[in-house]
Amino acid sequence: MNAIGIENLRKSFGPNVVLQGIDLSVSSHEVICLIGASGSGKSTLLRCINLLEPIDSGRITLLGQDITAPNIDPNLVRRQIGIVFQSFNLFPHMTVLRNVTLAPSKVLSTPAAQAAAEARELLARFGLLDKCDDYPDRLSGGQQQRVAIVRALAMRPQIMLLDEVTSALDPELVAEVLDVIGELAAGGMTMLIATHEMGFARDIANRVCFLEEGRIIEDAPPAELFTDPKDDRTRRFLRRIVDAKRL
Amino acid sequence: MSGNSPDSAVGGPPLFTAGGRGPRLFSGTGRRGTVVSTLSTVLVLVLIAAVFLLAPGARTVAHAFFYPKDAWQAFVGDPRKGYYSVGGAIWLNIRMFLAAEVLILPVALLIALIRQSVHPALFPIRMLATVYVDFFRGVPLLLVVLALGLGVPGLYLPVISHQPDAVYGVAALVLSYSAYVSEVYRAGLNSVHRSQIAAARSLGLPHRTALRYVILPQAVRNIIPPLLNDFISLQKDTALVGVLGVIEANQAADIYASATFNYSSFAVAAILFLILTIPLARFTDRLIERDRRRRLAGATI
Repeated sequence: MNAIGIENLRKSFGPNVVLQGIDLSVSSHEVICLIGASGSGKSTLLRCINLLEPIDSGRITLLGQDITAPNIDPNLVRRQIGIVFQSFNLFPHMTVLRNVTLAPSKVLSTPAAQAAAEARELLARFGLLDKCDDYPDRLSGGQQQRVAIVRALAMRPQIMLLDEVTSALDPELVAEVLDVIGELAAGGMTMLIATHEMGFARDIANRVCFLEEGRIIEDAPPAELFTDPKDDRTRRFLRRIVDAKRL
Repeated sequence: MSGNSPDSAVGGPPLFTAGGRGPRLFSGTGRRGTVVSTLSTVLVLVLIAAVFLLAPGARTVAHAFFYPKDAWQAFVGDPRKGYYSVGGAIWLNIRMFLAAEVLILPVALLIALIRQSVHPALFPIRMLATVYVDFFRGVPLLLVVLALGLGVPGLYLPVISHQPDAVYGVAALVLSYSAYVSEVYRAGLNSVHRSQIAAARSLGLPHRTALRYVILPQAVRNIIPPLLNDFISLQKDTALVGVLGVIEANQAADIYASATFNYSSFAVAAILFLILTIPLARFTDRLIERDRRRRLAGATI
């Protein structure tokens, strides 16, 4: 069964058509990278899957269940889908530990002690245990983003959506975040990753999807898409990336 | 000031005071800056004092408004001579202020949340809330005090029409200030970035939970200064309840002035109000600074 299935998904913001008929299926334990220029619809696609944006038409299924049906409780869906944003969006008025335990204790009613223990375990796994009592302002961008990933993982999601999670980071901080994602992939986490890091996409993805103007132009394993792209538009995009020395 | 103030040791940004509230009152650096600011302060104070002391009517004014013997008599009061203690009456202001504040905070929050709601079914309540805010921000507080204080007893309702006048005064303060404070709350709610809402909702937190644990705490932190500003204003406006004949500080001062033809009682009332409001202002500063420092320095401090 597909972890995520997307059929003919369309979404526009007013006159601005952002997604014009997306079809995509993600198997369990699969890692898919979405690449494409800014404005190609990668972020909107992820936000639609998380039900943060209402869709215009089409269907999204999570483990076979239609989550775009009108009687669906979005809160139940979101428990199963973790999302990490470009700008971290940690809660600035809470310590790192509290950021991580908030959703488990309020949404899943996990007892406080257990939630804290689980959070510490996750934070320790990603080298953040000593930051437990710090407030997000005190952390580097890379640390904040790792906390944001841990915060999403604390809900034990079925799938993780990563929305350009390294784009707001200083170059020297990118690696520590990518390492975390690599570890998740190795652990079998199903992931849909919008990214500008082509080298990372090549290394980690099972499939890479190239988006342009709200359509998936090409969907192939990375070895194929990066070395022998079939579509002219993909070729043009990759050439620009290579010219900019980003690949 | 900047060079030798103990606050500079904390290492805050040089342009800001320890309170983090804006540019330093006394700018300039080092000893020379201190000398210049001290001299100019003395000069300004001397000029202001000169205007008061050298004016043609200076002696009369000093006697009418700042006469120590009258000030003391007004402060302690003497019912046998027909006037009340201003110092005792301020206690009623404090109680009215505290009662009003305790009610305003939740009422105003409720109004703000209603006005911020988006559900179509809530439209009628949303409209009512808007009308409420428009009305009570538009009508002078004095009129609201008079309307409640004179009108409600006239309705001869059981219980409601038989309250002490101070209760009607507090009710008027709550009605009027809730309208203002709800707008402050609304500004605070809007000041929290949309991405925070997205982050909270994406974790599966229902709207209400996200509001309570993520949005409101940040909103309230952002509005502490304007909120406290309104409460300082509220402390003073308790004096308006005096028009109902309630013996609060301003009314007691007025009675003293009528009885003795000396206005020093008003100076006493003014000083008492200052004693109430200034600590509140300093307390706000400390609150803001503590929060700022805690977030910047981690929980170790």
